[in-house]
Amino acid sequence: MNSNKTKTSEEQIAYANVLNVAMWTGLSILVVTFIVYLSGVLPTFIPIEDMPKYWGMASKDFIHHFQAPTGWGWLAMVGKGDYLTFVGIALLAGLTVLCYLVILPILMRKKDIPYVVIAIFEVAVLVLAASGILKSGGH
Amino acid sequence: MTAVTVWASTGVEVANANVVWWIWPLSLFIFTFLLGIVAVLGGVGGGVLYVPIVSGFFPFHLDFVRAAGLFVALASSLAAGPGLLKRNLANLRLALPVALIASSAAIVGAMLGLALPTNIVQLLLGITIISIVIIMVLAKKSDFPDVPKPDALSQSLKIMGIYREESLGKNVEWCIHRTMKGLSMFIIIGIMAGMFGLGAGWANVPVLNLMMGVPLKISVATSSFLLSITDTSAAWIYLNEGAVLPIIVVPSIAGIMCGAMIGAQLLAKTRPRVIRWIVIALLLFAGMKAVLKGLGIG
Repeated sequence: MNSNKTKTSEEQIAYANVLNVAMWTGLSILVVTFIVYLSGVLPTFIPIEDMPKYWGMASKDFIHHFQAPTGWGWLAMVGKGDYLTFVGIALLAGLTVLCYLVILPILMRKKDIPYVVIAIFEVAVLVLAASGILKSGGH
Repeated sequence: MTAVTVWASTGVEVANANVVWWIWPLSLFIFTFLLGIVAVLGGVGGGVLYVPIVSGFFPFHLDFVRAAGLFVALASSLAAGPGLLKRNLANLRLALPVALIASSAAIVGAMLGLALPTNIVQLLLGITIISIVIIMVLAKKSDFPDVPKPDALSQSLKIMGIYREESLGKNVEWCIHRTMKGLSMFIIIGIMAGMFGLGAGWANVPVLNLMMGVPLKISVATSSFLLSITDTSAAWIYLNEGAVLPIIVVPSIAGIMCGAMIGAQLLAKTRPRVIRWIVIALLLFAGMKAVLKGLGIG
């Protein structure tokens, strides 16, 4: 058996390492911030005990009713327990971009042009999705 | 009439509103914990079970359930990714082009899902789930598909690999064909993943394995990793549109991940074939309920 043949590529190892650290960091922050939210240490935008009255509403109605933030508006409200939890949620949603940014220099160094282009396009797609520019229109 | 009174006029939700608030997140945690066990034993991703069952039996609006479903599938995929990549089972060269197409399409799917009326999405979800059941029952799998000759596109992208197949005690070389046809399928898969908040392993694996000729083990592992990219783009759309409620998302992620860990332990001691049929029955039931709900009779 030639162990070189089954060797995992450098960029794949780099992606895995960053993903591993970032994922556990994101999950830990998510759990800790959620405990803070449940504990009531911080004030909340919507009282937690009132949530059963509202979680059956369509998201558009929910946003409209509470004038709740959309896009990155939650960042201005991280002092509220419910929106603090969004830090962990956004981290989980954002770490794929981080992984791509880590492998991009490796792909460039290897002059792997097709994959450099694919990685740049993927970062652009994820940043566009995260930007809040795209709107669904609503039902 | 305000949105709250419109919603409250439906009756069932009023009853749910009178229940102590923590009952539902706790029930959700227990339910997703069990779901995590069943999903691992049944060989499916938790996301595909989560959305139809939670939207059918919990009082949350479908918008919030779909967003939570995406985060459940995303968290499971992120957790599995590092190990699969390091062991060379998930293949980055195969995943990156597929992910670009699927994640772009998932954005369209998410926007469509949030724009369409809820009953239409519910109906389409039900039809999709019933179709998944049919695929699960009928689709054959091939451990080592026959690829007579890799196509030009896969050769130029160098999508090929070797992995150690422990069951055979040897290295298995693989390459792929029908790359363009396979990649184009991920437009549809991405749209469906984004629209319904489903992990798309049920569709990824047959396309990678049967259409493109990727060995089953590499297909399953690459699909598991792939969801972390596909679902990320759709998850951002739901997050930006205010469709994410931490009180639904966090217990779901915690429950399904704890359940999956227990499920992995139990895997060696159970008969997955029986569990698989239970999963199929659960999906069929949830799919039919979604169809009825979409038609306004559920």
